[in-house]
Amino acid sequence: MLESTAERPGRLTTRPAGRRAAELAALLALCRREMTRLVASPVQTGLTLLNPLLYFVVLGTGLSGMLGSASGTGDYLTYVYPGILLMAVQMPALNAGMSIVRDRETGLLRAVLVAPVRRATVLVGKCLGSTATATAQGGLLLSFAGVAGLPYDPLLLLALLGELALVAFTLTAFVTLAAVCITRIETFQSALGVAMLPLFFLSGAMFSVAGLPWWLAALTHLNPLTYAVDALRQTVAWGTPGGALPPGPDWGGWAPPLGVELMVMCALGLAALALAARRFSRAE
Amino acid sequence: MSGDRPDAAIHTRGLRRVYGDAVAVHGLDLTVAEGESFGFLGPNGAGKSTTIGMLSTLLRPSAGQAAVAGIDVARRPDEVRRRIGVVFQDPTADRELTGWQNLSFHARLYGMSRRDVHAQARVLLEMVGLADRGDAPVGTYSGGMRRRLEVARALMHRPRVLFLDEPTTGLDPQSRAQVWQKLHELGRQDGVTVFLTTHYLEEAEHCDRIAVMDHGRLVAQGTPHELKSAIGADVVRLRTGDDREAAKAIRERFGLDAEVGPDGVRVRTADGARWVPRLCAQLTSGVTSVTVTRPSLDDVFLHHTGRSMRDS
Repeated sequence: MLESTAERPGRLTTRPAGRRAAELAALLALCRREMTRLVASPVQTGLTLLNPLLYFVVLGTGLSGMLGSASGTGDYLTYVYPGILLMAVQMPALNAGMSIVRDRETGLLRAVLVAPVRRATVLVGKCLGSTATATAQGGLLLSFAGVAGLPYDPLLLLALLGELALVAFTLTAFVTLAAVCITRIETFQSALGVAMLPLFFLSGAMFSVAGLPWWLAALTHLNPLTYAVDALRQTVAWGTPGGALPPGPDWGGWAPPLGVELMVMCALGLAALALAARRFSRAE
Repeated sequence: MSGDRPDAAIHTRGLRRVYGDAVAVHGLDLTVAEGESFGFLGPNGAGKSTTIGMLSTLLRPSAGQAAVAGIDVARRPDEVRRRIGVVFQDPTADRELTGWQNLSFHARLYGMSRRDVHAQARVLLEMVGLADRGDAPVGTYSGGMRRRLEVARALMHRPRVLFLDEPTTGLDPQSRAQVWQKLHELGRQDGVTVFLTTHYLEEAEHCDRIAVMDHGRLVAQGTPHELKSAIGADVVRLRTGDDREAAKAIRERFGLDAEVGPDGVRVRTADGARWVPRLCAQLTSGVTSVTVTRPSLDDVFLHHTGRSMRDS
């Protein structure tokens, strides 16, 4: 007797333990592929880093002179450095989303989807791999810490790298979610292009959140990147001898401590990734 | 009861796929034996890729059922995936990675060990003639090389059934012949079932068996020889001084089925060669050339669909 396949598929017969190990192996393979790609195209990596470097060296130095003469306090290069680090992970995160959309459009993704791996694993693997490459690229900019007046203290650099990883994860997760929802590459490109610039400028990366008109301040407080920048800034202030902490976001007079900010980032990233994986798991 | 069928490589009953209002595949009944090379012939849009999509578990059937390597595709897709390799219509190799890295990444997704990956990649790169190019980025490969790499990649995890969607589209004749040679070796040496779609008639000739698909339905299946024999007649094409007059004469005097086309008079008859001397001797309008052709797969397609493959 034959019966219809329109009903729900039965449980898989593979043992759960072996299954979990297989998914993990696939996850690692997906991560490794992103790293291999990064190493395989050093020119692309260099170009991606050029943008934040230009902002740092040209805009930072220019504004530093102007602001220094106007206010006479603090070094603008130090102030803007966390924002530059953010920018350095933002671009690769955006590229990761672009490659998801493109791979899906060109059918490249199907070669992976036809493997005995859950769709969710494929997406999470891609996201984590891209997080790793984005972190590596942001990490390269840590070599410019001295220019920003930071000491080359291993502990400080390690802390910044860890935070960059978290920021990269959250950003990549959001971009991944967008990439899952938007299937046309042109739409994705313009949508993310439009979203990224205001998100960056309203994060306190370039100018202080304090003293903004109320509506701008409200937007800034809703922006996840605000907490990323402030977390990096708190770490810089902590790790730099005589470092002063510029005013960051406050929740009704209470400035969220570093731990809370990192937790907010982490929670947002996980939520975005879970949503993306869920949406992506629907079979065609 | 499940749709598992351990004795056939591919077995479908009433397999159907609908996109909105459009029916891409109407109840498909198909059985492909193990080790067979099976060609799915039809024009673009006939539902060939959709069928491969369902058989390779990437598309959910709207109705009906299918078993690949004896396992139901809808119930146990992961078990099916372990046993199949797929070469897609569009290129899917990672251009930034080397050939070797592409194979290795793919094999890791299937949980193969490092040692096994190494051994298998070496054998397959050798087999597809890319042993000396394994360390070059795929971006530097020609179309034919990329295709052969994809065949190697699809074979890394030792599948029982290999699906190829239009495997030689866009390849030059030499690359095409190379890909075909590899596929034949596979079937003969390793008993791998090869299931491919094509809209090239020449390509279908290579298969043990073919099915002709049109508008989502199977219109015929069998060995290329069977299909051609089934439509029976040879075609005798004549060029004459007056084609219309000649056709009329052939119909009246010999009682044969003759039509006038752009390529002259077409006469369908069994054993066409034996008619040639009589036609030449008795037609008054002067025969300038005669060709006798055994039926081609295009004739098979024409016979079953009323259209020529080359027009559709």
